[in-house]
Amino acid sequence: MTNESGMPLWEVFIRPRAGLHHKHVGSLHASDSTMAVQAARDVYTRREEGDSIWVVASADIHASDPARSAENFDPASDKVYRHPSFYDIPDEVGHM
Amino acid sequence: MSEHLLNTVLQIADDHLILGHRVSEWCGHAPMLEEDLSMPNMALDLIGQARSLYTYVAQLEGKGRTEDDFAYLRGDREYRNCLLVERNNEDFAHTVLRQLYFAAFMKPFWEAMHTCSDETLVNISHKAVKEIAYHVRHCGEWVIRLGDGTAISAERMHDAVLALHPYTAELFEIDNNRQQCINSGLFPDSQALQPAWTSTINQIFTQAKLAVPRDEYPQTGGRKGLHTEDFGILLSQLQYMQRAYPGASW
Repeated sequence: MTNESGMPLWEVFIRPRAGLHHKHVGSLHASDSTMAVQAARDVYTRREEGDSIWVVASADIHASDPARSAENFDPASDKVYRHPSFYDIPDEVGHM
Repeated sequence: MSEHLLNTVLQIADDHLILGHRVSEWCGHAPMLEEDLSMPNMALDLIGQARSLYTYVAQLEGKGRTEDDFAYLRGDREYRNCLLVERNNEDFAHTVLRQLYFAAFMKPFWEAMHTCSDETLVNISHKAVKEIAYHVRHCGEWVIRLGDGTAISAERMHDAVLALHPYTAELFEIDNNRQQCINSGLFPDSQALQPAWTSTINQIFTQAKLAVPRDEYPQTGGRKGLHTEDFGILLSQLQYMQRAYPGASW
């Protein structure tokens, strides 16, 4: 996962504003983490998209195997009782 | 007094327009996509600052000219930018070093402007200082990585230092107009900014394993309208649309 000049790939996460989560927005190439944060600033925050940046080396992300999607995720599909939707919420509580 | 102020603001307005144009030449040509955005970002910062400064120049002059008249409709001898900013891009090493040299001067310049007495310039300084601080950081990091990088990048960085360093003395030059502005508290004293500039450059060069050359043959003349050959080519591109289609607008 490097480009032609040997720079590694980084995943970029932007937080739109304080109190919200950092969200994955894309990736870029940079020689190291300092340059990756600067490149992320230049590539992904030109239109006031956020006020905080995280970068993670793509090689450090460990993903689930798409070939095992069925055994990983399908078993959850018939277990509706895991959703907490069977409780009566008192009106005073409002939106939860 | 307004004549001195007008001429001095025009100097820094021209610095920003010409450097902004030079940096914009990378748009679509940068060595990697990330820098293809970073370069135009910096160019737009500089051109934005130039617009504010030209608008103020036009106001000081009071003859109905606009920012566009100053940017597009003057001859080469009427531009007062320092020679550093008009130097060709050459390669990425020259480009980031030129930007570092200029930004390392403008950052303490705008900071010192915060306490000067001209309200318009103080307002511009508060916006500009944040933009230029990033230019120092971004270009400084590149100079470090290229200077202390591969044999080829180190050689190119070294060549860029030899080529551009003689143009840095002009940043600190004070002509009569500027001296009057400094005396009246309207402008920071450029020479008082030299220690801050030198400290920034030394710190980055040490990390980049680059030597700071001695200023044996400083190149100046831009403040008097005496430019280098490359400047004519730059202006012909910059002014082409307004010269070919006078008054054309979006």
